[in-house]
Amino acid sequence: MTAPDATVWAAVALAGVGTYALRASFLFLFEYLGTVPTRVETALGMVPAAVLSALVVPALLAPEGTVFVVGNTRLVAGAAAALVAWYTERILATIVVGLAVLVGLGFL
Amino acid sequence: MSRREDFRAGLAATAPVMVGVVPFALVAGAAAVGAGLSVLQAVALSTVVFAGASQLAMIELLGGDGALLVVVGTALIINSRLVMYSASLAPHFIEEDSRWRALIAYILTDQAFALAVTRYAEGMEGVTRKRWYFLGTAAPLWGIWQVCTAVGAVAGAQVPAWLPLRFAVPLTFLALLVPAAAQNRATVTAAVVGGGVATAGVALPFNLGLLAGALAGVAAGTLVAVWAGVDTPAEVPE
Repeated sequence: MTAPDATVWAAVALAGVGTYALRASFLFLFEYLGTVPTRVETALGMVPAAVLSALVVPALLAPEGTVFVVGNTRLVAGAAAALVAWYTERILATIVVGLAVLVGLGFL
Repeated sequence: MSRREDFRAGLAATAPVMVGVVPFALVAGAAAVGAGLSVLQAVALSTVVFAGASQLAMIELLGGDGALLVVVGTALIINSRLVMYSASLAPHFIEEDSRWRALIAYILTDQAFALAVTRYAEGMEGVTRKRWYFLGTAAPLWGIWQVCTAVGAVAGAQVPAWLPLRFAVPLTFLALLVPAAAQNRATVTAAVVGGGVATAGVALPFNLGLLAGALAGVAAGTLVAVWAGVDTPAEVPE
């Protein structure tokens, strides 16, 4: 049962406004706060590694919502892709190898 | 460097990332219509909210007649990580015109943020260069997202079942993660703790595991950086 039209439109509007506010937050507030303290800058430098890892690791270790290792083809494909990322630092090569390994393991 | 060259440098960096975005966008469009939304609503979701993971969560909730507050609340929790991106970019655009900042905020994504801050860390001076590089990474991603969600909404899921294209999304993030994590001990810690906590919290509702992992990773990485004295950002590999 899909939500009524009015609910869908309200959700789109409210989530849109809210998401824009999240994106705009510091881009607009920063000028009132002056220069960034060193510690804050250090913390912000940790954001890419922490957030990207929080997106990637569960997708590999727990693709269906629970952690499993034995027989986890996504984990194997991800490990192969990580090696490619490490040695080549090429995004496209990483994606192609990761997908190829996952498809290949599916046919075994 | 001219504006055009900086824009094109951003476009070149973002081109491979688009490979991961195309299937994600097709899925987001097809899933919206599959859940009972109209094509117009699916397209509106992409242009107004423009954040893939939250769109997929909203679609799932709306398809199950979810309450408005739950749908919106879930989307905002998933998207709260954008505040961290906004804070990361803000020092680079402190002298930027507010109209440009308004545009930069609208097209800010995980991928554009990661590509831009990585490039800025390698050394890029001046707000104009940074603006055009950012637009080069972010604007094409916005365009491809809009086109492909619309195509997905109209055509439905026509991707052959044997090709797990959605897996291209975490692979994209993985390719960005490896160099971001490998900078120094502090970033390695941030990645290990961030990924570990997010995985431990994978069963938490509303994607809270992602948020918890991100915050724990940032805290742990910052502690190590301060303790080990690696406050200055290390060089980012080519």
